[in-house]
Amino acid sequence: MKFGIVVFPGSNCDHDAYRAIREGLGEEARFLWHKDQSLGDVDCLILPGGFSYGDYLRAGAIARFSPIMGAVTEFARRGGLVLGICNGFQILLEAGLLPGAMLRNRALKFVCRFVSLRVENRNTPFTHLCRPGQILKLPVKHGEGNYFADPDTLRLLQERDLVVLRYCTPSGEITVDANPNGALKNIAGVCNEAGNVFGLMPHPENASAEILGSVDGLFIFRSIVSSLKKRSDGYQVA
Amino acid sequence: MRARVFVTLKRSVLDPQGKAIQGALETLGYPEVEEVRVGKVIEITLKDGERSAARARLEEMCRRLLANPVIEDYRVEFEAEPSGARETEPTSAKDPA
Repeated sequence: MKFGIVVFPGSNCDHDAYRAIREGLGEEARFLWHKDQSLGDVDCLILPGGFSYGDYLRAGAIARFSPIMGAVTEFARRGGLVLGICNGFQILLEAGLLPGAMLRNRALKFVCRFVSLRVENRNTPFTHLCRPGQILKLPVKHGEGNYFADPDTLRLLQERDLVVLRYCTPSGEITVDANPNGALKNIAGVCNEAGNVFGLMPHPENASAEILGSVDGLFIFRSIVSSLKKRSDGYQVA
Repeated sequence: MRARVFVTLKRSVLDPQGKAIQGALETLGYPEVEEVRVGKVIEITLKDGERSAARARLEEMCRRLLANPVIEDYRVEFEAEPSGARETEPTSAKDPA
């Protein structure tokens, strides 16, 4: 499987994602420059973490108008798998490919530590290899991860089961103390209604080798590969 | 022609920066402060032209880029003309608060 990693000016987890795919997962990865107009023959797109355009105006607000975003939107519209990690999640929100918005962390502090996450929805191409209610240990590192959605959007998220990950205690309880940033309902990751676009604040690519302290990120990447293989020899954008 | 765009968090959205500043002001001896909300001011210089057309364009800029309508309201103000005339009106339709 070929993963395309979109590099924006200010991306800084692009190489982490590249290594996780090549070494942690053993699959192909290539970088795509934000000025590219086409994606080539990639099977899955990753919008990596970082500070695209210095987070000027709002995190992701300017990157979302990068030339490549037209092709990203079209890829998503046709059902291609798109994974947005941290700043990539923020870009997907700004682009309207996922519902909601990000606010500054409630405590106004940058948080950088491992968190526990409960898998709320296993019925996605990104989580289907997880066990029911599995707790993942992944690191977060962000200043604007305070997920917000208006009441109508929140109702939609809950009714359609679009909340994929929530911050929890190590034993899986959803508590205020387990919430590192004040995110609404402890939401750490959401998908779109079609289930092919997924954004999350934690970094699965930084939990892809024992030496990093966790390999739980591989549940997400392996789920992607397994879903792509199920799609009759891999999904191709026509 | 110069315009100012004010971008603020919607009333329904918690503003942690505002809360922190309010706490600091209380510490400094300003207990009368009831609420602080932090926003952005964006100054934009435009090629001279008709003001109503400019306003429509500025509002479009707000909707497309300058504000995120999920969490923010915006307001466009033109800088005072030499005559001292000033035009101000709230423009965010969704959540006037």
